[in-house]
Amino acid sequence: MADVALRKVVKRYDDVEAVRGIDLDIADHEFIVLVGPSGCGKSTTLRMIAGLEDITDGDIMIGGDVVNDVPPKDRDIAMVFQNYALYPHMTVAENMSFGLRLKHYPKAEIKSRVTEAARLLDITDLIDRKPKQLSGGQRQRVAMGRAIVRNPKVFLFDEPLSNLDAKLRVQMRIEIKKVHQKVRTTTVYVTHDQVEAMTLADRVVVMNKGRIEQIGTPNELYHRPATRFVAGFIGSPAMNFLPCRLEDSGGTLQIRLTDRIAFALPPARAARYNSLPRTDKLLLGLRPEHLTEAHAHLGPGIETFDTVLDVTEPMGMETLVYFGLDGTPVCGRVDPNAGAKDGAPMRLAMDLNNMHLLNEATGVVL
Amino acid sequence: MADVALQPDSVGAAQPVRKRSGLKKALKRKSTAAFLMTLPLIILIALLVLYPAFYSLHLATLNKSMQRFVGLGNFEFLFKRDTFWLVVKQSCIFAITAVLFKALIGFIVAHFVHNIPAKGQRKWRGMLLVPWVIPPAMSTLAWLWLFDPSYSAFNYTLSFFGIGPIPWTGDADWARFSVILVNVWYGAPFFMIMYLASLKSVPEQLYEAAAIDGANWWQRIWYVTLPMMRNIIAITTLFSLIVTFANFDIVRILTAGGPLDHTHIFATWAFRIGIEGSDIPLGASVSLFMVPILAVAAIFILRDVNKRGNEA
Repeated sequence: MADVALRKVVKRYDDVEAVRGIDLDIADHEFIVLVGPSGCGKSTTLRMIAGLEDITDGDIMIGGDVVNDVPPKDRDIAMVFQNYALYPHMTVAENMSFGLRLKHYPKAEIKSRVTEAARLLDITDLIDRKPKQLSGGQRQRVAMGRAIVRNPKVFLFDEPLSNLDAKLRVQMRIEIKKVHQKVRTTTVYVTHDQVEAMTLADRVVVMNKGRIEQIGTPNELYHRPATRFVAGFIGSPAMNFLPCRLEDSGGTLQIRLTDRIAFALPPARAARYNSLPRTDKLLLGLRPEHLTEAHAHLGPGIETFDTVLDVTEPMGMETLVYFGLDGTPVCGRVDPNAGAKDGAPMRLAMDLNNMHLLNEATGVVL
Repeated sequence: MADVALQPDSVGAAQPVRKRSGLKKALKRKSTAAFLMTLPLIILIALLVLYPAFYSLHLATLNKSMQRFVGLGNFEFLFKRDTFWLVVKQSCIFAITAVLFKALIGFIVAHFVHNIPAKGQRKWRGMLLVPWVIPPAMSTLAWLWLFDPSYSAFNYTLSFFGIGPIPWTGDADWARFSVILVNVWYGAPFFMIMYLASLKSVPEQLYEAAAIDGANWWQRIWYVTLPMMRNIIAITTLFSLIVTFANFDIVRILTAGGPLDHTHIFATWAFRIGIEGSDIPLGASVSLFMVPILAVAAIFILRDVNKRGNEA
């Protein structure tokens, strides 16, 4: 087991820069998830750590050693691929033991490692089958087994759950977490699914256009996003962004959303935003759960307004409501018993204690 | 696929009606329809393949003047002749050596072409296929001139190194070498193109997985490429073995079986005896001898393909 470090790593294909100088420190035993939209450079980064792609510039270190020119087989890593990449002509046991056999491990040790990994992943009964005879979830377990038996310094996962159906994906997500809790191997996991990222990671690395947007624990990213990209990417349904501006009214700082709607900011927020120029074009970032039905007793910093709902989506434990504010589509989350109906008027409450304020031009959260 | 059956007729139908519905049922079945649709082709194959095959079986049992039935007399006569056994030996050497080298060269060249960047690959693929698309009767003539003992390009070039002149088609061993060389030159592109197609179908991630598992290039070929290409290799080898065994034109043009019958293979010897020697029944017997040899090879190779058919 080992820590992994990336220092100003760049990957350039001809004239396209896929990864633009990223720095990342991954601690020993840590579970790191690289997340971002397709083409953001997350898979390229993983493949550079694996040694499947050369790096154009910078350094990659595993366990303190620079491995820039070390071939994949000598990096002591194991990788799980999106399409499993199991050898179709080998049985499950042969697939799992292939790496150990190449390294001429004693037969008894290979057998005990394979048996142990198969037990851990609950695939003991499948050990003599060929990949063709396995379901998608079982193949994924075998692919993980192949990684585990090697007992490598680092596990690399390249969108391992993308080929599974939704139900199986949730199940395997939990399996992966359980396995990591048992083996505690440093893990780098790539996904485009922010739910996977949030649920699995010790720390999440959000990437966009070849750069790291933000690194943090799932809760940090959710509650304190650094940029509009992170704020919009993490969380489902996504955060609402409403054009707004700050104005002073009778000694208090207020935020104006439309000609009709303006709210006084709670004192803590007012103090934080007071120094901002009043002329800046700003965005109010508000998660759907902070836009709820209005109750009779409103706490401090909670403001109400009336609107007409466009569409409602009953989800069972909550109902998502969609409406427009000056042409900007907005999503809120209300109680299923709050009486939200398509096309009906409704009084909603905005929790400004949980608001974010963003600079519209730079996308930075202020 | 489930057969589509007709809805049963009304209950209590009389016997003749039921019979007719049975015929109707048969006609409605997909397998029946499929059989009827392929019938014209089946008849054509029967006429063009089965009829000559059975006719040659019949011919092989006649005497030289084709007047009298001699049973297995022609085969008994062949078994006693040294030339026949020489032809059997030469056919086996010719086919096995040529197929082996075609497969080996095809495999190596396919790897080279596979690793050429996509832009230039089409050009190379086209050029490498040239030997295969030229009619062998014509390209063999060119080889014949290259092999000429007194004024050919080969011997002229070799003379600068103080080698030769080499009797390319005049000496038994050199003549065998020459016909095999030309056959390999002609047939290797077929292997190349089949192996290239097969190589392209091996998922790149299997190689990446193997690289991470610690396999070097040779182990990647041995544990990934070869097992993944196994069926194509088997089928291509079988196909080429049949075609090479039955080769006629290259040997006929290059050496005509000489010197002293030392390059004759089944087809050329059957031609020599049957057409040139006017003993058609004996020629038919010679060519029939290829059938059991090839059948054994086909059974072994196809059994392996069937066994592994449902893996990938």
